[in-house]
Amino acid sequence: MLSLHGYGPSIFEGTLLTLEVSLASLLIAMLLGISGALAKLSGARSLRLVATFYTTIIRGIPDLVLMLLVFYGGQMLINQLGPLLGYDGYIDINPFIAGVLTIGFIFGAYMTETFRGAILAVNKGQLEAGTAYGMSGFMVFRRITLPQMVRHALPGFGNNWLVLVKTTALVSIIGLNDMVRKAGLAAGATRKPFTFYLVVAVNYLLITTISIYILKYLERRYSVGVREF
Amino acid sequence: MDLSIIIENLPIYFTGLKNTIILVSISLVLGLALAVPLAILRNYGNPLVQLPIRAFVYFFRGTPLLVQMFLIYYGFGQFDLIKESLFWPFFREAYFCALFTFTLNTAAYTTEILRGAIKATPHGEIEAAMAAGMSRLLMVRRLILPSAFRRALPAYSNEIIFMLHGSSLASVITIVDITGAARIINSRFYSPYEAFLTAAVFYMAITFLIVFLVKKLEVRWFAHLQPQSTKAAIETPP
Repeated sequence: MLSLHGYGPSIFEGTLLTLEVSLASLLIAMLLGISGALAKLSGARSLRLVATFYTTIIRGIPDLVLMLLVFYGGQMLINQLGPLLGYDGYIDINPFIAGVLTIGFIFGAYMTETFRGAILAVNKGQLEAGTAYGMSGFMVFRRITLPQMVRHALPGFGNNWLVLVKTTALVSIIGLNDMVRKAGLAAGATRKPFTFYLVVAVNYLLITTISIYILKYLERRYSVGVREF
Repeated sequence: MDLSIIIENLPIYFTGLKNTIILVSISLVLGLALAVPLAILRNYGNPLVQLPIRAFVYFFRGTPLLVQMFLIYYGFGQFDLIKESLFWPFFREAYFCALFTFTLNTAAYTTEILRGAIKATPHGEIEAAMAAGMSRLLMVRRLILPSAFRRALPAYSNEIIFMLHGSSLASVITIVDITGAARIINSRFYSPYEAFLTAAVFYMAITFLIVFLVKKLEVRWFAHLQPQSTKAAIETPP
């Protein structure tokens, strides 16, 4: 009943691209998230202000608007900067980079909140003990905060990841050949839009369901040392 | 930055604003109206009723809104059954399809929020209601729903904001909402900063308005949990 008219491999390629975009954005989001969280908890007022501004702005603007702003605006910016740097040709912005940067930037804000909460949940006394042993600030973070905050961050992190995967569907709008766009192309050629979009929907369900199982496993693993009440 | 483009074209943005508000408010109201009975059935219904509700929630929470919208807007036309039916004039319209998708999507998320809130009803309250001889329906109406709504409010306010942001996808299927207006301006004048930053300001203003209104509602709904002020205590002694 379900015939993909030979477009199976094409959809599969799109699925791989969706996964690539998701993982690359996740990496950026985590880097931004941890820096944002440290900035929010730091003593410097200016850093706190910047981080708060960042998270507030991101949560107020739709993903699609940000993505279009980065894609079209970034294109213009690069082409305005190009001549200043001595490059005369027209530069085409890569939709992969625009998509990954935008999604990473958006979810960096959500990760900031998740990581901030997780860092705050680490026992203060242990940090003081670390300092008392003469550890430097970075060493306290690496040896005490980081391993313990993972457990507190995992549930929020998992949620963000699931939302992030679904947000990657938007990159199809700026012309990236992810599975949504591949399905659109296949649908146009075969006049079977429902079939192809349903296949894509099922692919997303598979990705999210598998992710949930992996996250559950990780949560169990990182809670091994915790007594259950 | 050339703000005169924006000022001259503000009417397009206001059309967009109107469409965004209509889409979001109607789908939120209908979605909530769907979600309340679904959440009750999901908690208290028999397993055979629960199964389709679980599948509905699983599907709509596990797939991107964009794909759901494409499935309905482009996909439904694939079936002659739908094309020849009474509903085809509706499903042919982008506006109706967007509204339909958003309603089902927010209904699924809201069902899940309310399910959790209903499940968290303290046992003591239910036992008290049973001891007072309330019927199941009376209990739901007088006790379970009011207390669940209170618990669900913070999560639901997030859902309102997600719906507002999600509604920007309507612009993909040719609807002129705020994002759609920005896309028109961008393609007409090739001015991405002005066009999309203006849209961003509109969305931000609405987001902050929603946050403000929900805060007000929270103060009202959680009035009984606020610490009593000394002044009030003196003026109205227990």
